[in-house]
Order: sequence, then structure tokens, then C-alpha cells
Amino acid sequence: MTRAAAGGRIDRSRVLRFRFDGRDLTGHPGDTLASALLAAGVRRVATSVRFGRPRGIFSAGPEEPNAIVQIEEPFPEPMLTATTVELYDGLVARGLSGRGRLADRPDPARYDAVHAHCDVLVVGAGPAGLSAARAAAADGARVIVADEQPEPGGVLLGLPGGVPPGSLAPPGAVPSGSLGLSGALPLVSGESAGPPGAEWAAATAAELSRLPEVRVLPRTTVVGHYDGNHLVAVERRTAHLGAAAPAWMARERVWRIRARRVVLATGAHERPIAFAGNDLPGVMLAGAARTYANRYAVLPGRRAVVFTTDDAAYAAALDLAGAGVRILAVADARPGPNGRWRERVREHGIEVLAGGVVAEARGTGEVTSVVTGDGREFEADLLLVSGGWNPVVHLFCQVGGTVRFDDGLQAFVPDTPPPAVEVAGAARGLTSLHDCLADGAAAGTRAAEALGGGGSRAGTGRPGTGRDRQAGGGSPERRGGVRRAADGAPQANGHALWLVPADDCSTHFVDLQRDVTVADIRRATGAGLRSVEHVKRHTTAGTAHDQGKTSGTLVPAIVAGELGVHVREVGVTSFRPPYTPVSFAALAGRDRGALHDPVRVTPMHGWHVERGAVFENAGQWKRPRYYPREGEDMAAAVLRECRAVRGGAGAMDVSTLGKIEVRGPDAAGFLDRLYTNLMGTLRPGSIRYGVMCRADGMVFDDGTVIRLAEDRFLATTTTGNAAAVLDWMEEWLQTEWPSLRVYCTSVTEQWATVALAGPAARDVLSGLAPRLAADAADFPFMTWRDTEVAGMPARVCRISFSGELAYEINVGAWHGPALWSAVLDTGRVTPYGTEAMHVLRAEKGYPIIGQDTDGTVTPADLGMEWMISKKKADFVGRRSLTRADTVRRDRRHLVGLLPEDPGLLIPEGTQLVEHERLPAPPVRSLGHVTSSYLGAGLGRTFALALVSGGRDRIGDRIFAVLDGGQAPVAVASPVLYDPEGARRDG
Amino acid sequence: MLLIPCPWCGPRDETEFHYGGQAHVAYPADPGALTDEEWARYLFFRDNPEGAFAERWSHAAGCRRWFNAVRDTATNRIHAVYRPGEPRPVTG
Amino acid sequence: MRGEHAVDDLPDPPGVLWRAPEPRRSYDVVIVGAGGHGLATAYYLARNHGITDVAVLERGWLAGGNMARNTAIIRSNYLWDESAGIYEHALKLWEGLEEELGHPLLFSQRGVLNLAHSLQDVRDGVRRVNANRLNGVDAEWLGPEEVGEVCPIVDVSPDVRHPVLGATYQPRAGIAKHDHVAWGFARAAAELGVHLVEHCEVTGIEVAGGRARAVLTAGGRIAAGTVALCAAGRTSVVAGTAGVELPLQSHTLQALVSELLEPVHPTVVMSNAVHVYVSQAHKGELVMGAGIDAANSYRQRGAFHVVERQMAAALELFPVFARAHVLRTWAGVVDVSPDASPIIGRTPVDGLLVNCGWGTGGFKATPGVGWCFAHTIAHGEPHPLAAPFSLDRFTTGALVDEHGAAAVAH
Repeated sequence: MTRAAAGGRIDRSRVLRFRFDGRDLTGHPGDTLASALLAAGVRRVATSVRFGRPRGIFSAGPEEPNAIVQIEEPFPEPMLTATTVELYDGLVARGLSGRGRLADRPDPARYDAVHAHCDVLVVGAGPAGLSAARAAAADGARVIVADEQPEPGGVLLGLPGGVPPGSLAPPGAVPSGSLGLSGALPLVSGESAGPPGAEWAAATAAELSRLPEVRVLPRTTVVGHYDGNHLVAVERRTAHLGAAAPAWMARERVWRIRARRVVLATGAHERPIAFAGNDLPGVMLAGAARTYANRYAVLPGRRAVVFTTDDAAYAAALDLAGAGVRILAVADARPGPNGRWRERVREHGIEVLAGGVVAEARGTGEVTSVVTGDGREFEADLLLVSGGWNPVVHLFCQVGGTVRFDDGLQAFVPDTPPPAVEVAGAARGLTSLHDCLADGAAAGTRAAEALGGGGSRAGTGRPGTGRDRQAGGGSPERRGGVRRAADGAPQANGHALWLVPADDCSTHFVDLQRDVTVADIRRATGAGLRSVEHVKRHTTAGTAHDQGKTSGTLVPAIVAGELGVHVREVGVTSFRPPYTPVSFAALAGRDRGALHDPVRVTPMHGWHVERGAVFENAGQWKRPRYYPREGEDMAAAVLRECRAVRGGAGAMDVSTLGKIEVRGPDAAGFLDRLYTNLMGTLRPGSIRYGVMCRADGMVFDDGTVIRLAEDRFLATTTTGNAAAVLDWMEEWLQTEWPSLRVYCTSVTEQWATVALAGPAARDVLSGLAPRLAADAADFPFMTWRDTEVAGMPARVCRISFSGELAYEINVGAWHGPALWSAVLDTGRVTPYGTEAMHVLRAEKGYPIIGQDTDGTVTPADLGMEWMISKKKADFVGRRSLTRADTVRRDRRHLVGLLPEDPGLLIPEGTQLVEHERLPAPPVRSLGHVTSSYLGAGLGRTFALALVSGGRDRIGDRIFAVLDGGQAPVAVASPVLYDPEGARRDG
Repeated sequence: MLLIPCPWCGPRDETEFHYGGQAHVAYPADPGALTDEEWARYLFFRDNPEGAFAERWSHAAGCRRWFNAVRDTATNRIHAVYRPGEPRPVTG
Repeated sequence: MRGEHAVDDLPDPPGVLWRAPEPRRSYDVVIVGAGGHGLATAYYLARNHGITDVAVLERGWLAGGNMARNTAIIRSNYLWDESAGIYEHALKLWEGLEEELGHPLLFSQRGVLNLAHSLQDVRDGVRRVNANRLNGVDAEWLGPEEVGEVCPIVDVSPDVRHPVLGATYQPRAGIAKHDHVAWGFARAAAELGVHLVEHCEVTGIEVAGGRARAVLTAGGRIAAGTVALCAAGRTSVVAGTAGVELPLQSHTLQALVSELLEPVHPTVVMSNAVHVYVSQAHKGELVMGAGIDAANSYRQRGAFHVVERQMAAALELFPVFARAHVLRTWAGVVDVSPDASPIIGRTPVDGLLVNCGWGTGGFKATPGVGWCFAHTIAHGEPHPLAAPFSLDRFTTGALVDEHGAAAVAH
């Protein structure tokens, strides 16, 4: 065991059992999978993707490039970092070789999303973030603080107790200690005057949580920062509970946050150095080792060498030494290490190699010795590396902030901020705790003040107002770059060491997860590539799970070295969301299954379901396609339904047709501008069929228009297009013809409509509506009447989509089921579905817009020249109908087709050609079959088709291209059944 | 996601809106008098600037009113919103 | 199956790809935009027409625009004869391109399924399959069970919100590694003497006497016998400097990848109705795209709600993706034409030719359009396969309306 008997932020009173790579192990609440593995002495966690090399635990956070694991139980989840998986009882996991495995069963978990608005969003609850939140809240701002860890504190959680607070600290209890980044006085475990950082963080977060307008979100990673300060965060609510997670609770929750101002207090990532064997288990970032020692009371090794380019690793060395790790040497690459640090470690008997480097980590499977640049070999199982610190600028850059290379820090730091964004603390290059606390507080105050002195309570300005932008500008000195400490001395002490030169750089790893080495980078630059983006693509560096969090500065620096230019000229690759990987399921949220797309049903839907209707989706609607009886297949059912309509009476639920009430003094003129034919001449009480075109002259929708009164029309639309037609009308009204006094209202769902069709329809209707004068003379075709049907107020329209005598009976939606039952209870009426309707209308040559048209068909192509009014000057689309291409004689016309074999049903979508024998491709197509059925009325098969010059080919023999060969068909008029219209009046 | 200040409802998420392309493209007074080239321009040609763009939006999931906005297509910042029929405001 | 450690590593591209040349002050042909189309055009100008006094000018890094951002789907199963002609020409070139360029492209003909979710989708799909066959494009119609055989992870159960009712299947379709395609053309073009000039933004086109004479760049004026635009989403901006207006609108298009996963997805699946397209790339990452952001934009940053919707759609089709993770999202700027088909050929300015309007689907056409556009440049006359895509179709009305085939596109 490498777990200390005391200390750390773990709960030793409880034992958690887990299994890793088949071994049963234990840990404690407060552990991550990584800390528990280290505590159990597991060094090799994963295998590298390209070379199959053993890999251990490299970091203590989301930047982990090595320890990639697959969760197997309680539910398979691929590619998680062991450093961010909170340990839970029953966890089963295994180390991966760069690729994860998806579950083979559905994910039972729930996911959800939340919208939130705030004055100030603070990203990160480390010292800067908590200070910022406190300052902003004190100014009256509505604040959200989001932090990826289970408890607030950020880097403080990995620090020991601290030293007295300095003069820069804000009033009140403040944490003590150094961030360990550099600069501040040495701190060692046990020296404490102020409260330990983690306690300060917990107390501060608790204080914030008590404020009514502040929300603290733990386990919540802000992953994306978008235009307009729209940020996306993912809250992990139950993953840390394992199998004990309550099923009712969303496992993960996406927060869509709109913030008036944002404070990015995202901290910094320590970075590695490239040297031989730097990927072996036992090589670890110095700060991570310190975190394991302090936070988890785990010793990641027994004998350690430290390799550093800055002061930070000294603090780590001292903490580990204090915890019992034997520190053999500190190889400090700087020619002149910080004297105070050097003295401090020497007091602990640790040798400092000034200007020293580690040339190689050696070992089979893990580090067993470390060779320094002077050729000495230290027997060691742990090598702590610190190549400097990279401010976490991911979100800052995602939203358009620019970075510059800071020579003092040897890192890319925020430069020009996007509007209404502040960066605070280590995220902008600060390295001491005191500075981060002060900087956070200042940023929080600035953010709140920019809102107008008091946030929501006082301000009513919207984001993006002039005032906002002005405040967002700030002075460059305040807003970007590495600040200077109070005494004016530069704080940053970065030293540029990216790689330890060697002849063979094939194990100098740069991107550990993609197995990219310095040798790979050299091959890329050797191929002539000079852009870091090209090198990234050539080597794949930075494209793995960690998205270059550890390699992101190393790669450009090494490229710069190869090209002989400054790293600033090379720059960084784009930072792209998400900051850390996000599960597909979290993003899909609740928009799954039935909620993926709303289902719309008619008032009569229950009846259809009860009678075993087979449904089809029509837009969002469920429509009965046919009603099979015992032993019937679709063809038999449809034939029976069609025969019922042609021979007696059928009823269809047509409530889904779009219905738009168009009202106002100018309604008639308005409709005349949209429909191709005249609507203004329609008399109240009458009905007219109409067609609409887009401005390009192509048919867009059709339907009947009822004139209810001089100033009132009811336009019907196809089922799928109802919303589009309403949008179309409103767009023209509001944007082109605002002077027209017209109002459009969708009334689709206010009505239930039953089509009653067939020679017996009048009899049936008369029985149900005794007060209606239903004779053909009293109630002629294309008129409507208000009456009572089955005791319900109804509007009855005499229209037909089957060629038969037919009515559409409209009642209030509430009465729909009663009407439907009343019609069917006559015992004379057969319910029919959309399929029979399609057959019946096709026999009459009535096109279905969207089936017999495809957005490239004009009214003339449909044979509807008669629908194009000669009397009005214009309608939308008219001008397009006289262009060169729209007046071609060989355009595709809607025609009927009669297969020579009257039993042959030609599949819809079949192509038509002139050739009896198909030549080699390409073969010119004459057109295609749009609708094809066995016609009950015709007693044979037939089709509708769009055929080039079709109306000039009527009577011609052309060929349908079928799998089994060509089938001859005769081109015919589209109106095949009852062409004289004798059946219309019954 | 854009935050679009509807002139009637105030700032709302982009998901509530429907985009309508370039503003101030009037339907020709007499389409029949246009040449095919002129009609094609009306049908198919729209400005596509990188920078300030006067465009139409409809608050489809809100008040259902159309309005115009001047937005910078390079930054996505909205500089002004105004009602149909109003002239394009001068923006900085 | 691939062994656990034997992850398909990307093959090493050959030694030297291209070197930065010193630009001359004059070229026979200046191509604006070193994306796939610009590079392929330059290559075929040199290879097919012996025209090597060519510069390809790129404002950023070579092939760093949409070429670096697309989902690399290759297919030719378009509806109309005109489209089938050029896309199938491209696919035939793809089939020999690794050999032609002597460059590994990871071209993988794993097939593409275009799913149907409604009865009308079925009709449209069958129609397209039949049209494809007449054009010599391999195409099959598959029922739901056959879809499940080709791609077992697609949920083909009838009880979902938008059940899979069938699919068109083009077995010869597939994917390629986009960077390698660009580098292959770049290397081959450079070897033939073409100058590839990066970080050289064209800020203007000099027109005199109705003819394009030169391009203006930050580095100075470069005279050109012909200026050929392959500038994708920025075409309107560049053409505008010559006073040429085009019926294009620029939009942001987003895509994303997951982490590396063991092989689960053997083909390419596209769905218009639920709006998603997805493949699993060679290394194992899921590559996905969605529809364009609605509003015109030159911003290579999209809106997140588009990605969220895309994920919901993906899980409807592929429930097993639930716990896959989005690793990286990005966006490009595409130029969309009114009929979802490209515009290739002459402009009102002599000597200024355009190749644009490819919207979301330009990658798959790369070799085909390079071939045809080079011909058009060399002869001053459109290649027969490019002729239907002339600018004047918007006046005559002879559009090539591929909204059906390209609705999600690509």
C-alpha cells in the first residue's frame, strides 16, 4: 500500500470495492479511480495506441493523456480518464489501448437540459473563481459558479496547509499557501497560519450558496463558450454514485447558460518535457504528484527524481518528501535556480542539479531508473516533471479571444478578450495564490460593475449594449497578459526547455495519447510542413482525448525549434469545443423517442387505434393508412376500402388537412396574389380549388378555399405543408404587403373533419342531417352549408377527392369522435385510410403535391393551365412561368400510364425510357412513375408519371425499367376513371 | 446561439426565430415587365457580404412578427433591429 | 477484426510534400484557394493540359478551409443526370486516385446508406436508385432488414418515432482521409511545377476592358491570364472585387468527431429526415455532420443547438452511441446556391472563371471538378460535364434541383 495512514481529503471510514483489469481493489470516498489505483500500487493503467507501450497515471485532472479507461460496470462507457472518474462501490473498469468500446445494449439512464440566465458566470471555483464570484455577488449580481470538481477549491484541494496570507489578500478569512506555480515563498506541509485552502474554499462556496441569487454548480464542466456569451456546461449528477444512482434523476444535465458577463477562472495546466522514455509509468507531472500526496494521501512512488524548469516542482518535491518519498535530486534546467527554493530543498537533503536535465527514464514496463544529462543514473520509481504552466485558454479562444506568447511565462496567455469576458488568476498567467485571489476579486467586481452597478437588481440593459461594450474593453493592462506583482517584479519565471536533445528522439513523446514523438514532428517539418495545423494533421498530435491539453504548447515550440523561428510565429492550433469530452446522450437530452419529434393525432385517433389501423407518418401526424380485417394484407384491405367508396360509402378522417382562416377587408385580394387562380370572384357559400406556386413558378401547395363571408375565407392545405403555408402567407403579408388588412389564423386543430364519399354518401348524410337540403340542386358541387349533423353543429362542404359524390363534414374538434361514430354507426359506411384515398384520387388524375410533384413542377406541367388566371395581372410565381426553361415543350408532364399487362403493378419511382432494350449507360430518362396502384374503379393497374413531353405522347408506347427487364406501358391522360365526371353528383 | 432582440418581445434565443435572408428586396412592382435577367436577379441573387448585412427574421415561436436586423456576418454581432418598412439604420 | 493494438495507423505520406516557392509576378493561371478543388484543378491543368505556369494562392494554410473540416464522404448517387455525370466522373477518378497521385488517401469504399423514414422518402429513394442505374451509378434499394444487415447498429425496429423504411445503398461510395487527398494533389501539382503559395490572401481582382488581368494580394499584384476561383464560402467576397455577383449565400456548417472506438460502424449512413450523417473513420472515431446554421455567416463557429439536435437525431438512429463522447466540434463556411448544385464556368468578366456553390457537398467531387474545371480553364469552354452548371441557368430556369438528394447534403 502506498496510502498514508492519515491526511488527505478521503473518508477512511468507508471502503469502496472496485475491480480494475480483473483485480479486486478498494478505495475510499474522495478517491478518483486514479488515486485509488495508485494507492493500490497499480502503476500500469493503459496501453498506448500506436506502439502498445505501457502507460501509467500522468496527471490528476482532465488533462490526463495516458490513463484512459473503459467502464464496464454498472454500464459500459468508453474512454474516460481515470483521473476524473470518482470512485464508487461496484465500479468495474479496465485500461484501454486508445480505443473504447460502446455498449451493446440501450443506455437506461435519463439525461436532461436546463436553461439558465445570469449576470455573471464564473467558470472555475478555484481561488480566483471563488473570489470573483464573491465580489460579483457582493455587488448585487446574479452569479453562477461552475466547477468540474466534486468540491470547490480547484488547485487548493491539492495543497497542504499554508503560510500566512500576504498583504494583497482580500479581507476576511483567506486561504494560505502557494499555488505551487512559482514565485511565492516556499511552503511546506505543516506551516500554517490561515485556514487550509480547501476549508476556505468550502466556506466561501457555502457562503455563496446561501445567497439567493447565487448558484454554485459542482461537477459541472463548462465545455463550450459561444457567441453572445452563450455557454454550455455539463453537470454530472449521478455518475459518481455508480449502481446506487437513482433512476429518476438525470445522469447528466446540460446547462445552456446565457451570461451577461463571464469570468474565466479556469486555471493552468502543467506541461511535460520531451525526453527519452518520458511516457513510462512512473513519469508524472510534478503538480499531479503533489495533489496525490496532499489530497488523496497517496504516494505515487518511493524514490523520486524531479525534473523542472520552474519553481513549482520544488513545492511538490517538499510535500512529497514530507510525506515520505525519498527525493533523490532536482534537475533544474535553469542555469540559475531560485536560490531560496534551492536552499529549502537542500535543508531536506535533496541535491539540486543546476542546469540539469533528465536525459532518459529507463525501465521495462515502468520507471526503474532515471538518467540525468551528466550521465548519472538514479535508481527511482518516480520521475516528477514540470515544464512550466499553460493557462487554460480553451473557452477564451473558443469564443474568439486571441492569445500571445509570453516570454516571461514561456506560455500562450490571453491577449485580446472577446466582448464581456474577463479572465482571472492562473488562466491569465498569474502564479501566486495572493495574486489570484486579488485578481479574481477584481475581475468579479469589474464584471458586476460593468452591468450597471448592481447587476440585475439595478440594471435593465441588455447584453451587447454600448455601455456593456465600453466596460468590456478595459485597459489592455488590466485585461490581458501577465500582471506584475505589487512590487513590480515580474512574477513569471518560465524557462524554455521543450525537449532534451538526443540523436534518437523516437521515445521523446510529445502527445502521449496519440503516441506522437519529436521524431514524428521532425518528419512532418522535414516534409516541408511549416504550419502547426499541418503538423497536427500529419502527426495527429493534439487530436486525441485530451485535445492537446498537455501537448498544445510543446508541439508548436518544437516545430519552432525545427524551423528556426520563435514559437510565437508558429502559434497554436484552434481551440475547439468541447473543453472535455461530452457524451452524445447528454447532448441529446430528452429529445429522444416520442419527444424527438412531437406526434400529432386527430380527435378520432383512439378509434383508429382500437380498430387496428395501420398508420403512416405524415409530417408529424399519425394517419390511418388502412384498416386491415382479419386475414387481410394491405392490398386486400385497400381494395376492399376502395370498392366500398366506389360502390357505397366510405369515411375517412381528414382532420389533418391544414386549415387557415384568412380574414379581413383585403382577404380576397390577398388570396388572389398567392393562388394562381382567381379567389376574389368566389361567392360566399362557395368553394374553389386553388394552387400556389413559389416565386420560381414551381407548385408549392394546393387545397380548397371556402369563402365564408365577404371578408372571410378558409383555406385548406396539404397535411404536411400546413405550417409552411401559414408562414408563407404571413411572410408576404408582413414583409411585402403590410398595407393589406388581412389576418391569418391556423384553425387546423379547432376542427375535426370526416370525408364521406361514395354513391350512397347523400343518403347517409341525409339520415344524419335531416335539416340539410342535400339534393344536388339544393347543395351543388363546390358549395358548403352550415347545418347540424348527428345533432352537432357542422359545416358540410361538397367537395370530392375521389370523383365520387362526397362531402367533408367539419365539426368542432371536441365533437370529432362523436361525429365519426355517428357516421360509422349507420352501418353503411366503411372507414378507409390514406392508401385507398391515394388510389381513388389517382384514378381521377388528382395529383398529390409532394408525391406527384417534387418542387420542379409547374401548374402547366400538371396539366393545370386552366388554373392559371388570365384575368389577373400577377400572382406569386407567374413571371417564372414564361422563362425559357418553363415554356419548353418537352418539360415533364403529369400523365397516366397503363401497363400493357393489366395486372402488372409498376413500383413507384420506376424510371421510364424510350428503349425497348436498355442500351449501355448513361441512358436518358423520360421521367418516372410518381404513383402506382391497382385501381378498384378501373379494375386494373395504372400509374401516374411525370414524362418528358408527356401530353404529346399520349397513346405512345414507352418502357418502364424494371429489375426483370423492360415493361411496355401506354401513355394516357391522367384522368382514367370517369373522365366525364358523371359520378360527382351521385 | 444568437441572442436576437425582437423589437416586440426583447432578447430571445435564436431557436425561437426563423431566418428570412436579405432584407429590402422588394417584390417587383410589375414582374411581367421585367426581362428574364431582371427576374432572375429578383429570384436568386442576394447580397452575401462579409460584414454588416441587413436581413429578415421572424419571431416564429414568439410573436410571429417579421423584422429586420443589421448583423455582422463576420462576428455575428447584431447592431440594430428595426421594423419592416423602416429604412436600414446607420450602424457603426 | 483489427487487433487491439493494431490500430490502423495512418500511413506515412511520402517524404517531401511541397515547398514554399517564391511567387512570380505573373502566371498563365492563378487559382484562388488551395483547398481540394483548387489543388485538383491545378494538378489536372498541368497533367491533362500541360499548363504548368500556375499559382494556387491560399489565404491561410494549404487546405485549411473546408477541406480540413469536411466529413469526407464520397458518393455519386445524385438524382439528376447532370449531377450524376460529374459526381460519377469524380468517383471513377477516386477509384484510381491513390495510384494516379502515388499517395495514400485511405480511400475506403465502404458504401453509403441514405435512409428513408416516410413513404415519400421510399418513393424518392427508389426513384433515385433507378435514375442512378440508368446513369451507370451503382445503386440498390434495401428494405429495413437489409439495412440492418449492412449496418447492424442502425435501429431498424418499426416502433421508433421515425422508423427506417428502407434505404438507398451505393456500395462504391465511401470515405477518404481529407488531408491526405489535399496533400496528394498538392505534392503532385508541385512536382509538375505548380506554385502553391500559402498565406497569400487575394484582396482584389484587377479588371480592365472587361477582362480580369491580375489579382491583388498583400504581397503585391500578380498578373494572370486566367483567374479561377475555388474559394468556397469566400467566393462572393472575392468575386465581388471584380464586380461579379453570384447567387450564393455563405453559411456555417458544423461537424464533430468522437473519441476512438472499436469498430462498430462499417459503412456511411445518412438520413435527411432525422438530419444526420455519420461514418467511422479509419482510426475509429465517429465522424458526424448536420445541416447548415440558418443565418448567413462567415464565422467558422457554429451555434451549439445545431449540434445538440444532431446528437438527438444520431441517437434515434444509433442508440448504441449514447455513451460515446463528442471530442471536438468545428465549423466551416460553405457557399450555397439556389438549387443546391454547383456553379462552374464563365462569369460576365472575361478571364474570370468560377467553381463554387458546392454547398455542403464539394469534397466528393474533388477530382471530378478538378478535371472538368481544368478543362474549362484550358479551353475557355465548359467541359461537357460542367456545362449544365453554368451561371445562366438561373436566368433560363434550367436548374439542377438537388435539394432532395442534398438536403442534408454531402
